[in-house]
Amino acid sequence: MGGVFKRDLALAFRQKAELVQPLMFLVMVVTLFPLGVGPGPVTLQLIGPGVIWIAAILSSLMGMERLFRDDFADGSLEQLQLSGLPLYAVAAMKVLCHWLVTFIPLLILSPLLAMFLNLTVDMYIALVITLLLGTPLLSLVGAIAVGLTVGLQRGGVLLALLLIPVFIPLLIFATSAVDAAALQLPYRAQIAIIGAMLLIAMALAPAAIAYSLKVSQN
Amino acid sequence: MSGLVASELSCIKRDRVLFDRLSFSLQSGQLVYLRGPNGAGKTSLLRILCGLSQPESGTITWQSQPLGEHWFKDLIYVGHKPGVNGALTAIENLAFWCRQHSVSVSLDHLYHVLAELGLVGMEDVPCRTLSAGQQRRVALSRLWLKSAKVWILDEPFTALDVKGVAQLEDKMKAHVDAGGAVLTTSHQALSERAGTVRFFDLEYRF
Repeated sequence: MGGVFKRDLALAFRQKAELVQPLMFLVMVVTLFPLGVGPGPVTLQLIGPGVIWIAAILSSLMGMERLFRDDFADGSLEQLQLSGLPLYAVAAMKVLCHWLVTFIPLLILSPLLAMFLNLTVDMYIALVITLLLGTPLLSLVGAIAVGLTVGLQRGGVLLALLLIPVFIPLLIFATSAVDAAALQLPYRAQIAIIGAMLLIAMALAPAAIAYSLKVSQN
Repeated sequence: MSGLVASELSCIKRDRVLFDRLSFSLQSGQLVYLRGPNGAGKTSLLRILCGLSQPESGTITWQSQPLGEHWFKDLIYVGHKPGVNGALTAIENLAFWCRQHSVSVSLDHLYHVLAELGLVGMEDVPCRTLSAGQQRRVALSRLWLKSAKVWILDEPFTALDVKGVAQLEDKMKAHVDAGGAVLTTSHQALSERAGTVRFFDLEYRF
């Protein structure tokens, strides 16, 4: 199992361009908003959390396909399925690796983005908590859809159509937590709901990903 | 009955029946050569026998048990897709594959096997820069690395040169003589080097 993890990490660092592109996209989307909406500090603070979260969701969709696309296309996935390793554990490893290489750089960049959008320290703390709990959820749920669409030609747009509606609750609760933080209100409830969604996804998604990959092989 | 036994298999792809109530068995010491025109369902049958895809109906057993972990331990499958990642080197590809399949090999052994397959000097370059035949050799080197009882090979000779074909046929014969079993498809006939061959024909159905 460690082998799967090491292989994916090695591949990710071998194909750095694919890692950097979604991140650049995210930074550009965030920097476009002050230009488009107006650079007033109050406006930016108002739209800031939503902008960062929407940009994070969109940029994650760009990199999501990478999860299984290459392995499916070159037959590595077949070999993995015939290796006797439990497929749900393989799927969980791949998702973990994907999360590490996609969203940890985003978390590292987040102070900069928060500064762009004039977020207060309280808001930033809430944003980081929602990102820490929410982005693994993006990876886990996204992987199910990638598993289902990996056999299709040009599954990219379909992937976005499948996933964006699913991510709406996460977006609502995450931005509402940051808004509450801006008003110095408690936001534990929103965090708890995101945490609950993450726990459910962690329990169920690996099995669902494994099943979707099996279906795609048929 | 021991070995790989499939009974009453049916497969339907896109509303077309590829085969219906097909029974098949593969015993140790056998080299079975699956023949049939394009679209007859050879690859579909091989994938079903591997356990990669599910038949519409029918059962498959290995050593009298349904396919499971004990089957994957005894199987090497080399399909149409080589299963070789283009961004990784041949050594990395094989080392990761061995680890996934719980095969413990030393780095020296990997170099040795690649050398035997005529890939000296190609070990450390990304596989996407290799030619199709060389990539096929990297994929086939699994047969040298894992000791499995059953080999299922889908068009293994594609892109191989004459020497490569002969080498693979020798390897297949040695495996069968040692009590292994091989199931293969190919559009080119096997030569005498491969030993005794049992034919299994699939017909194209409308």
